[in-house]
Amino acid sequence: MIISIASGKGGTGKTTVATNMAVSIETGVQILDCDVEEPNAHLFLNPIIEKQEAVFTPVPEIDETKCTFCKKCSEICRFKAITVLEKAVLTFPELCHSCGGCVEVCPEDAITETGRELGLIERGRRDNIEFVHGRLRVGEAMSPPLIKKVRSFTRPDITTIIDAPPGTSCPVIAAMKGADFVLLVTEPTPFGLHDLKLAVEAVKILDIPSGLVINRSDMGDSGVKEYAAKEGLPILMEIPFDRRIAETYSRGELMVEAMPEWKETFLKLYNQIKKTAEREEKE
Amino acid sequence: MREIVVISGKGGTGKTSLTAAFASLAENMVLCDADVDAADLHLLMDPEIKERQDFQGGGTAVINPEKCTECGLCLDLCRFDAIKENFVVDQLECEGCGVCVDLCPEGAIDFPINTCGEWFISETRFGPMVHARLGIAEENSGKLVSLVRQEAKKLAEKNKLDLIITDGPPGIGCPVIASVGGASVVLIVAEPTVSGLHDMERVAELAAHFRVPGMICVNKYDLNPDQTEAIENLAKKKGISVLGRIPFDPVFTKSMIKGKTIFEYNEKLEVCTAVQRIWKQIVTSPAMSGK
Repeated sequence: MIISIASGKGGTGKTTVATNMAVSIETGVQILDCDVEEPNAHLFLNPIIEKQEAVFTPVPEIDETKCTFCKKCSEICRFKAITVLEKAVLTFPELCHSCGGCVEVCPEDAITETGRELGLIERGRRDNIEFVHGRLRVGEAMSPPLIKKVRSFTRPDITTIIDAPPGTSCPVIAAMKGADFVLLVTEPTPFGLHDLKLAVEAVKILDIPSGLVINRSDMGDSGVKEYAAKEGLPILMEIPFDRRIAETYSRGELMVEAMPEWKETFLKLYNQIKKTAEREEKE
Repeated sequence: MREIVVISGKGGTGKTSLTAAFASLAENMVLCDADVDAADLHLLMDPEIKERQDFQGGGTAVINPEKCTECGLCLDLCRFDAIKENFVVDQLECEGCGVCVDLCPEGAIDFPINTCGEWFISETRFGPMVHARLGIAEENSGKLVSLVRQEAKKLAEKNKLDLIITDGPPGIGCPVIASVGGASVVLIVAEPTVSGLHDMERVAELAAHFRVPGMICVNKYDLNPDQTEAIENLAKKKGISVLGRIPFDPVFTKSMIKGKTIFEYNEKLEVCTAVQRIWKQIVTSPAMSGK
């Protein structure tokens, strides 16, 4: 089962829910931190990193001794990553989407591919939690290929918890697509509600069952609850504002370790998700 | 023309609430919401839309079944696994590279340009505002960010305004890169948590990478004064000006619910004094005052 934890708005508590749920489940789970721009799960789980690998995406390299400057490569490239001048070819690797079109159309076989580093994948574990995250290289624009690489480590035999990035565009889709359940974490404020609505639309496009966690549930208004009722979006858990929780988080500590009474609540949340996902699968 | 871009790395640190608060204090300014993915500034600014335009993104491949002979070349060519065995393109996976379109021997693949969002020029009680809405699950957010920033600049020139305040997106990827390039200064809004410290370091590196001067303030600083100090020390080490601290105060949420900035809600609060002091330092900084 794959549970993707998303939110629309940033800073609502995705990582808190993902990490605390992961440590509350006693049977082994896997956590994939797909917020590759700003991965944070490792700060709370402190996994022992066993493997580290750089991830590359192919970009063109031109052999100018073979090139006849025919411009076919620049014509097929829709990302303006190749410009052909009279007697020179300029490539802009950071604009390249790695489609391979230029390689395909070059009549002289003058284009080969080299790599642009997207970032790092780090893998490790903490007790019975398997940990994988991606770290986008600073300056790199494209996160979806790295997110897909993180997701390639999904194990079908255990539960996978995905910590998704904020927003509703392509990186979030890459972190939610193919999940069995999307857990949306929000806060009961106008910003939280507005971005939740966008996230719900994205989940609908992907046709995945979803549920809601309301964080700092007593600091805001009733808008989120009214919306959830109207949408038939089940509220699976509420976390009230508590300065102790905020301070625990600020120190990089797990809520369930500082306040063990929460462990059962996170476990209950997981079991509810499991039940819903299994029911949906039967239907 | 000066532009200050408010970013954070980590989401939810208070970018939008602070941008709105600055709008209360600034003069001769255009507001720009560059968080096109999950734009929230309009919820506080209540903009009256004056002009509305479609945002054209890239194309996506559509196979015409009448012309398709199912030769399978497109399946082999597509590196994004966007073409399924039944010769239908998964619109969510299509990267818009058009390789299949150009190389289909039957010319059976169309490449319609998508309208993947909208952008607006509006009037607010603080001045004009440029904002946008990217369609759900769309790509090209960087392109739309660049567009709203350009339009904000044009609008400022036209109205002889000399300041743009831009509310940026979280993260360090494509929309953030599109937000910071060419800015006079970026203001990083950090929160005093281990995540806040980690994320601030990465976004600070990004600003340095694109050679934009950075400034920082710590929001909700009293939630963890030790982390606040760690963030400020790291910022100083990286050559980022430390502007000040803002205390944790539920007034940010309360004023948001009323659709107001914190100054409109109650300007006598301690947070207001703190934000005012930060704003003063921004406008008098060398990067902003042109000195």
